Amino acid sequence: MNKLLYTFLLLLLSSHAQAALNVFACEPEWAALTQQLAGDKASIYTATGALQDPHRVEARPSLIAKARSAQLLVCTGAELEIGWMPVVLRESGNSTIQPGSSGHFEAAQYVTMLEVPTRLDRSEGDVHAAGNPHIQTDARNFLPVAEALSKRLIQLDPANTAYYQQQYAAFNQQWRVAIARWEKQAAPLKNIPIIVQHQGFPYLNNWLGLKQVAELEPKPGMEPSAAYLGSVLNELQQHPARMVLRAAYQDERSSEWIAERAHIPAVVVPFSVGGTPQATDLFTMFDDTIQRLLAGLK
Amino acid sequence: MPKRIYLGAAIAALLVHPLNSSAASDTDLQTLREQVQQLEQRINRQSNSAQPAPAPAAGAGGEGAFNPAISLILGGTYGNLRQDPTVPATGFGMNPNPGHEQGFNLGESELGISANIDPQFRGVGTFALAPAGGISVENGFVQTSALGNGLNLKFGRYFSGLGYLNEQHAHAWDFADQPLVYATLWDNQLAEDGAQLKWLAPTDTFIEVGGELGRGRGFPGSDRTKNGAGSGVLFAHFGDDIGIEHSWRAGVSLHETKRVDAGSDAVPDLLGTAGGVSNSFSGDSRTAGLDFVWKYSPNGNTANRYVKVQGEYFRRKESGDLTYDTAGANLTDSFSVTQSGWYLQSVVQFMPTWRAGLRYDRLDPGVATVGALNAGNVIGNYAFNPSRLTLMVDYNPSEFARLRLQLARDNSRQGLADNQLSLQYIMSLGAHGAHQY
Repeated sequence: MNKLLYTFLLLLLSSHAQAALNVFACEPEWAALTQQLAGDKASIYTATGALQDPHRVEARPSLIAKARSAQLLVCTGAELEIGWMPVVLRESGNSTIQPGSSGHFEAAQYVTMLEVPTRLDRSEGDVHAAGNPHIQTDARNFLPVAEALSKRLIQLDPANTAYYQQQYAAFNQQWRVAIARWEKQAAPLKNIPIIVQHQGFPYLNNWLGLKQVAELEPKPGMEPSAAYLGSVLNELQQHPARMVLRAAYQDERSSEWIAERAHIPAVVVPFSVGGTPQATDLFTMFDDTIQRLLAGLK
Repeated sequence: MPKRIYLGAAIAALLVHPLNSSAASDTDLQTLREQVQQLEQRINRQSNSAQPAPAPAAGAGGEGAFNPAISLILGGTYGNLRQDPTVPATGFGMNPNPGHEQGFNLGESELGISANIDPQFRGVGTFALAPAGGISVENGFVQTSALGNGLNLKFGRYFSGLGYLNEQHAHAWDFADQPLVYATLWDNQLAEDGAQLKWLAPTDTFIEVGGELGRGRGFPGSDRTKNGAGSGVLFAHFGDDIGIEHSWRAGVSLHETKRVDAGSDAVPDLLGTAGGVSNSFSGDSRTAGLDFVWKYSPNGNTANRYVKVQGEYFRRKESGDLTYDTAGANLTDSFSVTQSGWYLQSVVQFMPTWRAGLRYDRLDPGVATVGALNAGNVIGNYAFNPSRLTLMVDYNPSEFARLRLQLARDNSRQGLADNQLSLQYIMSLGAHGAHQY
């Protein structure tokens, strides 16, 4: 009888006794970054896919179950996950990943936020007090996030310090080389006027010098009406744009509508790892983003 | 920033100081000047070095951005009913009949306040502001946030964890009203004063078990005011994803309470007394429930399109003594009955911002075993199963606003079939709420 009980207890505890660090990544880009920095030292669960709007995810039972045994949570923060993360955290009954603890990592805390609203008013749409949360479209933002995440991994798993340091150094070096390459490739995009479907690209614009002339959403998070799209189309007569940009998870109708009438290409960018078939990791995500933007120029 | 204020204050103090010491010598003044210069240099160095460092976003960890998180739900309806809504479903005259109102109605406005109390506890208060005036505490509970090991303890007034819909606030309902089975068996939803303990198993599949002990406050409880617990609930929930597009949750629940002198008015009887009679029941009430929900969304992207199918079944057995016509005949004898009901509904978001839903409701009042004394008075067999078919369409211009049109073919009252139309608005302002699955 006792033997049975011990076996049962061991079985229960075995999920904690795993060698690898249990990581719950909110978005695929942070899963990919954790993969780069932690290699096989982490077992990573990705909560959302690149074809899902990370703001409109539901606190599904599976997410709560996965958060239960996570040792590190890697999310964007800045209220991007506010519609579901609080419920997942609360229901998980896991005290090690609650906000403020070392198992809770928010990437947005380590980059310079853009579009921090001066006016917090919902008449401006779904604005975020901490600034625009779509920080992953500027490759440069991954440098400070990687540094902080690597430190966090070391803090949680000091036994593998040397490994994490080595992984970080390698990533840091490769990433800097890649940024230089991307910036060179993207030179023709500088000052190119674009329209965006959702206010999701300020970091990309800031990095590559794209000039955003209009958004298809009247306010962030609001679907445009036909009348509103018509007014955007009218405005395009005065300020022509070269392409209309949307993230892989966004509904295609409004940007296709504009693209067809304004005779400009509708460009879909991966927005996260897995958003397009080509974007298989962080490096190819930016390779593909820039290729698609350049293709939009032709 | 506080450092700079400090330095500023120090400089001011140093500048004021010579005025007080009239006997200050030239050398004193010289050292003071040097000190001021040094301080100025330090300030400049600090403000220069402060610039390149990114400002860390403060408190980005969830609802703490507003501390406490305050939200207000505004809702209202317009109801067009042909039959009197106060007539209860046939066979459910001793059950509650919450529900519908005719004409323009301000719904309950709901004020919600929540925040972490300290590292151990989180507090939630939800206050319903009735349109006629008056405030009632809908929820007022404390829950633990640091127990760990998958444990969650909640105490105060909370919506019981039984079933699927019971924990959802009215503004999150997919229809303008609750299913008939919730309306008649739970008075729309069971809010209990007590304590709830839940445990989440450390497995990849979601397995949660929980239990509650409460006062027996909401129907079918009869508000026990003695030592001990007036009601108990046990529930278990299971759930998972199937691929990235499907997710589900299923549950079983048990509820038990002892009813003492539970009165009900205007209950029809076999004698056909005009306006019905007042009855009173004392006895045991045991309810078992099954619930499931399944959701599908192309690519798992619920922002654009999704399908949700859910259903619940409850069965309640009550046995004890019934007093017939407390104001008149006042006859008490044994009474037992098993009531049950279920609903099945589906909601489809067929394009961003637009949803449509269909729901079918059905109740079974059961056949009561009535003691000999009351066999000639109390109706034991109604031979009628109340049912209803409801269609709804809603438009959601943003995450915070919802406008709804609902049409129902109500056949819950024998001989009083009704076509019901409701228009409803639900708006939420303040803190960005996070919804349950």
